[in-house]
Amino acid sequence: MTGTTTDVRTLVHDAPHPHAFTRAEVGWVPWLEPFPADELTERHYDGLVDRPRASSDYFRLLVRDPEILRARTLVDKDIFYNVGEGLPRAERELAAAAASRVNGCVFCASVHARFAAHYSKRADLVDLLLDEGISAELGERWDAIVAASAALTATPIAFDAVHVQRLRDAGLDDLEISDVIHAAAFFNWANRLMLSIGRPVAPAAETS
Amino acid sequence: MTTLTSDTVDRLAGLRPDGDIAHLRRRRPVTRAQLQASSDALIAPLDDREFPLVERLLVAAFATRVTADDATAAHYAGLASAADAARAEVVAGEASASATAGPFGTYVEAGLRDESTDGRRYEPGLAARDALGERLTAALAHAHLLTVRPREAGSAALDRLLDAGWSVDGIVTLSQLVSFLAFQQRVAAGLRVLELTTPALEEVPA
Repeated sequence: MTGTTTDVRTLVHDAPHPHAFTRAEVGWVPWLEPFPADELTERHYDGLVDRPRASSDYFRLLVRDPEILRARTLVDKDIFYNVGEGLPRAERELAAAAASRVNGCVFCASVHARFAAHYSKRADLVDLLLDEGISAELGERWDAIVAASAALTATPIAFDAVHVQRLRDAGLDDLEISDVIHAAAFFNWANRLMLSIGRPVAPAAETS
Repeated sequence: MTTLTSDTVDRLAGLRPDGDIAHLRRRRPVTRAQLQASSDALIAPLDDREFPLVERLLVAAFATRVTADDATAAHYAGLASAADAARAEVVAGEASASATAGPFGTYVEAGLRDESTDGRRYEPGLAARDALGERLTAALAHAHLLTVRPREAGSAALDRLLDAGWSVDGIVTLSQLVSFLAFQQRVAAGLRVLELTTPALEEVPA
C-alpha cells in the first residue's frame, strides 16, 4: 500500500485542552469523522443499543463497526450497572477512576470520578485520588481497591495474590474482587479507545 | 445446568471447569456472554474488508505479547501463526523486542507535566517494513502506542495510519481491537490470580 494517498485527514479542533484531572464536565472531540447521522441503518442502531446515542460524536464514530460497539456497550453496562449483588456501584466507579488516573485518560477519569463521588458521598476522597494519584490515602478498603486497579492497569500486569489478600482482608468476597477486576480491566479498554480516536476538552469553567 | 461450557476467558484464565471462579463468572451472564461476543465481533467479524482477519490476528499477537508473556499472548500468537506463520514470526520478534513497562508518556495537560514519564518506544525497522508492509507496520506502531503510552495518542498517530492506507472504519476497528485486548488480557490475568488463591474443593475419594 506504499504510496497510497487519501483525502481523508484527521479533524482539527481549537477547543482548549484540560490542564489536569478534574471532576468537572470534561468534553471530548473526535479526530475522525463520525458516521453521518442521516445514513444510520438498523444495523447501526443495533450497535448503538440506545437510540439517543446517535446524537453523540463518540458513539457515531464507534458505530462504524456496529458489532463490536454493541458488545462493548452491553458488557460496559453490566459491569457498572448490574449491582443486584457484588461490589457497590461507588467502588466499581472508583476502580474505573483509578485505572483512568494511571493511564492518563482525563476524560474517563472525570466521568467516573463524578460517579464515584456521587454514589459514595465522599467527593473529598475522590478528589484526593485525582489530585495525588494512586498513592493517595483513602482508607484501607479504598486503598486496596485502588492498588489492585493500578496493578491490573500496569504493563506488565502486576496484579498478584498480595492484592487479592489485601482485598479479602478489607472485607471483599470473591464476587466483589471479580467486580474490581472487571471494572479496572474494562477501563483499560475504554481509556485506550477514548484516547485513540479523539481528545478531551477543558470544562467550561476552566476557560471562562 | 449440569455441564459448564468453557469460553475463551475461562481457558485463558485457566479456570477449573467446575471450580468456584468458573461458577462465579456465571453469576454475571451478560458480562460473560458479551465479553465473548466482543471477542467474536473482532476476530470472527461479519465484515473484514477494511481490516482483514489475518491482519487482526497479527496485531492481536503483537499487542498481547507487548503487554505480557502469558496465556493470552500465547493464544493470539497461536492464532496468528496458524493464519500466516511467516508474518507471525516477524511480528513475534517485533513484539518481544519492544515489550516494555507502562503506562508511560508525556502529558499534554499542563498541570500534569510533572507526572510525565518515559520508556521504550517502538518504531518498526526496515526489515519489519519489508516483511510486513507499511500498512501492517503502521498498525503495530499504533498498537504499541495504545498499549504502553495511551496518553500520548493523538491526531498525528491517526494521520500516520491514514497515510499508510487505513480507512476511518478500519482505524475504528483497529482501536477497538487493541483496546479490547487490553481488557480481555487483564480479566484473564486477574481471574487467574483469583483462581490460584481460592482453595480447591475437597477431592471426593473415588
